Amino acid sequence: MFGRIFALVLKEFLTLLKDKRTRLVLIGPPLIQLMVFGYAATFDLKNVPFAVYNEDRGSAARELFADFDGATSFTPVAEITHESEIAPLVDGKQVLMVIHAGPNFSAELAAGRPAPLQVIVDGRNSNTAMLAINDASVIVDRFNTAWAQSHGGAAPPAHIEMRAWFNPNLESRWFFLPGIVGILTLLLTMLVTALSVAREREQGTFDQLLVTPLRPVEILIGKTLPGFLIGMAEASVIMLAAVFWFKVPLLGSLLTLYTGIALFLLSGVGVGLMISSFATTQQQGLLGAFIFMVPAIILSGFATPIRNMPELVQDITLFNPMRYFLLVLRGVFLEGVPFNLLIPQFWPMALIGVTAFGIAGWLFRHRMY
Amino acid sequence: MNSDMRPGSSRMRLRGLIRKEFLQIVRDPSSIAIAFLMPIFLLLLFGYGVSLDSEHIPLALVVEQPNADTADFTAEFDQSKYFVTSYYASTREAEQAMMAGRVNAIVVLRRDFARTLRRSDGATIQLIVNGVDANTGRIISGYVQGAWGSWLAHAAQKRGEVLQVPVQMQQRVWFNSELRSRNFLVPGLVAVIMTLIGALLTAMVMSREWERGTMEALLVTPLSMREVIIGKLLPYFILGMGGLVLAVGMSLFLFEVPLRGSLWVLFAASALFLVTALSMGLLISTVARSQFVAGLIALIATFLPAFLLSGFIFDIGSMPTVVQVITHIVAARYYVAILQTVFLAGNVWGVILPNALALAVLAAVFLGLTWRNAHKRLE
Repeated sequence: MFGRIFALVLKEFLTLLKDKRTRLVLIGPPLIQLMVFGYAATFDLKNVPFAVYNEDRGSAARELFADFDGATSFTPVAEITHESEIAPLVDGKQVLMVIHAGPNFSAELAAGRPAPLQVIVDGRNSNTAMLAINDASVIVDRFNTAWAQSHGGAAPPAHIEMRAWFNPNLESRWFFLPGIVGILTLLLTMLVTALSVAREREQGTFDQLLVTPLRPVEILIGKTLPGFLIGMAEASVIMLAAVFWFKVPLLGSLLTLYTGIALFLLSGVGVGLMISSFATTQQQGLLGAFIFMVPAIILSGFATPIRNMPELVQDITLFNPMRYFLLVLRGVFLEGVPFNLLIPQFWPMALIGVTAFGIAGWLFRHRMY
Repeated sequence: MNSDMRPGSSRMRLRGLIRKEFLQIVRDPSSIAIAFLMPIFLLLLFGYGVSLDSEHIPLALVVEQPNADTADFTAEFDQSKYFVTSYYASTREAEQAMMAGRVNAIVVLRRDFARTLRRSDGATIQLIVNGVDANTGRIISGYVQGAWGSWLAHAAQKRGEVLQVPVQMQQRVWFNSELRSRNFLVPGLVAVIMTLIGALLTAMVMSREWERGTMEALLVTPLSMREVIIGKLLPYFILGMGGLVLAVGMSLFLFEVPLRGSLWVLFAASALFLVTALSMGLLISTVARSQFVAGLIALIATFLPAFLLSGFIFDIGSMPTVVQVITHIVAARYYVAILQTVFLAGNVWGVILPNALALAVLAAVFLGLTWRNAHKRLE
């Protein structure tokens, strides 16, 4: 039995790796994608272009604008002198933000009256707009504190002292990189498995496979192992890059991490084979892979929190293996969560995997053309 | 060459090829499913599922010695729509709740809160956030700051004063004054979905013909390469436009995204984008030579770049320069810019024209490469 399975695994590996193009597609892109996406996925604003509209000639306004110039989030790209210049700049996306101090800004401030500072933000991307407003208000708050201190104003009766656990500088890259490890692992298992049975069906070789002494379970194992092993190897490489290139801390144990990866690969390969054995043509297999992969990524909590979703959609995410895998990855990488606390994430992945394998094996025999 | 001199028969040949493509589409229903069911399914799922508006954040409050002063302060949190508060007796218990993921942040008012409040250096409010999700962490810190500010204002009001702040920031958000994230996510999703549809529809088309050897058969007919490409593009273009009308209709009527530009600009830009996306699919299927490899490339080259590199969620300007350069070959980037502008800002030609031009250039490059590649294969 093992000899037969081994022969099948060998054949699967050969079909995957003997073709130069397939080899290239499997090995090159994951690393390139990790590099590009790793740098692309961040909510930390950098060099947001803004315009200065300063009608005040006093030093206070100049100081405040200098604070904006010095912040890494913002870069001044234009200085305007009239209100009519605002709209063209913002509409044409030359600036994301315009900061306006009126003619009496410094005078009001010196007289102890509130000095208004207008901030106009392009809300076409409301998330970027909100982040820009947050960063701007931090700068204004800091300016206010310094001003109150140096001008003898009353300090507020209480102040907030903040600490962030696990990610002291609140770097969003730390949050996204483990997610990207998950996404690329999913992509890879889909690549290897989603078309594998569909291709054999379309070419008619699957029928030949079924009349060999191989039992469906053995075919299943033979089809699973290559995806599983390639997934393991590539996930390891991607994680090495995340840790050593991007310097994401890895606090938890490798055993916990690899348990998570193994279970996720089990569910991913299972779903991929299920899709593949359901499809009669490769086009249908590809369609199925997308129909699974796209929601699996968008509804995994990768970019937008699951908590923000309506309850019905939150319930749907319970069937999504990515949801559990991301919790495992972030937990092990950033929080060092121990094995036993992750069991609630482990068993659903195992369950999804076993169910998918069951369906795939059944389809092997019962979906014939 | 003869064929070009007789336009009438060329049109007839083309019609024959298009008819054949349509029959192929109708017989394998997966193309129709891609064009019509995908946009409905994905837009419904994401339109409702994807949101960056954080509300009901679970927050732990630890009040070591409750009294009138602390009650004033915690009332701000209890009333806030952003937080769902729960009280813990000690910091240790709250920390355990955060470890287990039951709360995202902890606010601690120490035993001496009421006493230090009246001293000159003021009381310390301790805020601990779970920084794993850095973005949510920062949003929480902003909300806590807001609650603190309104607590100060209320306290001043009680004393019959108006809170004095040196510089008062007044923010105005253009185009999306309520910062409703759906207004920018839904147009972005339309771009991601159309990228998928465009590439999926055509990715397999040419490679299937090459794989089965029917491409050579097509090419020995009087059909020119140009006619073959048009014949392949046109049926899928019509299908894709159908899906696009569905997606735009759902954005406007179901998700109530305002449309401030004109509908014809929206459709003209979308048609252009669809041609680009379909051409990319054709290029993939010509380069790949087999359906299997074409499928792999389509999986890699379409969804993730459109999702992560288009400016749909992540701001392109904040990416490192090298990555910004790479985003220029992602067609979805230009389409997202056009969509967000036409939906939310209006017909701003300064944004629409350069992006439309970029789409046209990309389409021309993809088609040119397809044409060249298909030719070379025969030699």
